[in-house]
Amino acid sequence: MSAEKLSQEVAALYDNNPAHLIAMLQEIQKRNKNRYLPRPELEALAAVLQIPVSKVYRIATFFKAFNLEPKGEHMISLCLGTACHVRGADRVLEAMAGELGIANGGTTADLKFSLETVNCVGACALGPVAVIDEEYYGELEPEKVPELLQQFR
Amino acid sequence: MKRLENCTALADYRKECQAARDPERTMIAVCTGTGCQAHGCDKIVDGLRRELDAAGLGDKVEVKTTGCHGYCEKGPLAVIRPEGILYQRVKEKHVAEIISKTIAKGEVIDKLLYFDPERKERVKLEKDVPFYGLQERLVFGDNGYIDPTSIEDYLAIGGYQALEKVLGGLSPEAVLDEIKKSELRGRGGGGFPTGRKWESAKAAAGESKYVICNADEGDPGAYMDRSLLEGNPHAIIEGMLIGAYTIGADQGYVYVRNEYPQAVKNLGIAIESARALGLLGDNILGSGFSFDLHISKGGGAFVCGESSALIASIEGEVGEPRAKHIHMAESGLWGKPTVLNNVETWANVPLIIKRGADWYKGIGSAGGRGTKIFSLVGKVRNTGLVEVPMGVSLRKIIFEIGGGIPKGRSFKAVQTGGPSGGCIPASELNAPVDFDELTRLGSMMGSGGMIVMDDQTCMVDVAKYFIGFLKEESCGKCTTCREGLRRMYEILDKITKGEGTLADLELLEEMAPVIQQASMCGLGKTAPNPVLSTLRWFRDEYLAHINDKVCPAGVCQALSKGDEK
Repeated sequence: MSAEKLSQEVAALYDNNPAHLIAMLQEIQKRNKNRYLPRPELEALAAVLQIPVSKVYRIATFFKAFNLEPKGEHMISLCLGTACHVRGADRVLEAMAGELGIANGGTTADLKFSLETVNCVGACALGPVAVIDEEYYGELEPEKVPELLQQFR
Repeated sequence: MKRLENCTALADYRKECQAARDPERTMIAVCTGTGCQAHGCDKIVDGLRRELDAAGLGDKVEVKTTGCHGYCEKGPLAVIRPEGILYQRVKEKHVAEIISKTIAKGEVIDKLLYFDPERKERVKLEKDVPFYGLQERLVFGDNGYIDPTSIEDYLAIGGYQALEKVLGGLSPEAVLDEIKKSELRGRGGGGFPTGRKWESAKAAAGESKYVICNADEGDPGAYMDRSLLEGNPHAIIEGMLIGAYTIGADQGYVYVRNEYPQAVKNLGIAIESARALGLLGDNILGSGFSFDLHISKGGGAFVCGESSALIASIEGEVGEPRAKHIHMAESGLWGKPTVLNNVETWANVPLIIKRGADWYKGIGSAGGRGTKIFSLVGKVRNTGLVEVPMGVSLRKIIFEIGGGIPKGRSFKAVQTGGPSGGCIPASELNAPVDFDELTRLGSMMGSGGMIVMDDQTCMVDVAKYFIGFLKEESCGKCTTCREGLRRMYEILDKITKGEGTLADLELLEEMAPVIQQASMCGLGKTAPNPVLSTLRWFRDEYLAHINDKVCPAGVCQALSKGDEK
């Protein structure tokens, strides 16, 4: 679907009302195969809503939920909430970054994995915990990381 | 579903819902809150239903998928009612046995019962397990009895009775008086008296007004709001209806984190079914009062928990706070009078109306009426959600309900109030937990996060963690918050690497009041708390890092551990 057509369709879901810009961007990102907001889509949405591209860009960069770069097939969200932090989530992050060869926030060159940290997934009893493709993996330890990631390779 | 035209029709429909539920019928209530989902409870639900059908008991026994029961540590949880037998850490392999033994023959399966390490015995009933027995679950307790996607379940436990009472003959003034008399204070952070907030918005001139529910629970380690919204969404809707009626609002929003998909889904279903019954929409129960509710999904920014930033975000703008000289009660969402309360505050409203302000005031202490739900996490045996009357001591929450510190370690501190709260040391464990007392200790109630730390937690590292979090989440509008937190973080980082000096501590103490006083919103005003409270109670640890180049807890990797020296 072209960027123009997609933007028109999504904007129409919210009566072309710019007050729903955040929801529209969430929808566009959800429909994108690599879960990000490509530049043509941002420009097209601004045109449909008759607002400056800068305003769309401002929203897209302010909120954490939006990505401006393509994301990998498997999304790893490692919880760095306080409960996970005091149980050693930092060392799990190091192990994951090392195993994948990417930094926090990065995506592997083959677009297989993206790694991000989140503030709390509310599964504190399982900490340290990661959410991979919407499934929870708890009680992580650095030593368990290679085996955990192997099943997604 | 039929539309309910008046209060009598609502009362009749409730009776119908109650009559359809035989209290003696066996029900297996399986917790399907996010914590138990992470443990794979879906497979248990499927398995139980399959085994029941295979045993020909499908019609006799109901498997109820409920919201969070709170005892996340022991999930997945299944409670067999009406007896109230609690099975914990249930796995798929146990399912057949539960049906063939407990359901079919009434035999209790010992190994699935909770083991009380104090009394060294298995505990059969949910109510006898110390984690539950010592709580007072007025707001949260219903979670274990209802399917959150069923409005009939909510009606059957007496739901929408408060709304019925209000629309059946209470004036907005009378409702306001009751809320004021109850001394209910906001559960979201500030602890502002709810009645006074409503009063200002009610008095403000304006044709259209708004009520908003703040469900942008961004504190790491706190998930009580999500669990309420997921497990009992109608309680929040009912509270908002009553608030809207009182101040004269016709529209409401629930601003919820997009990271909480289950809460968004359950709330959406609840709103739809309330609309279908005519409990939301035009001329509710024939009273002439009209109100509708919408969901607004947040984009993941901690600062949006701040009320004016939240409103900006609902309006489709970036979530930057606004100056507070204009009160939201007069000019809030789209410039209209607005009342914004947190999830738990709204959930308290139907209780107060149903049972009266006098009853409510009898619970808790002068520093806070009613109960508070805490999210007890970190280095504690019983991780989970805990609801207790205000004024209970930290010791009771952490050691009696929470079971103390695991792995034979010792307690060092408890952090309350979210990232910009403070750390409270062992010497203050007997302090009663209420709004005023926590502030006196240099922390705050916040939304109710309680993170327990043991002797293997480094307090300088903890301060650095929170300042690091807040520095990332600062929206950047005020220079003191944006730049001040970065500088604080750099100093703390230096100290954890053994490069700190005593002058650094002075600088931290000098910067803190500047950030507090010159930042506009609550985020900046409270941001130095983690540094100040750790400096107040754990200065020794800072000094060990600086003078001796030692991290007593053995966390900071650049430094040696105390006892190894």
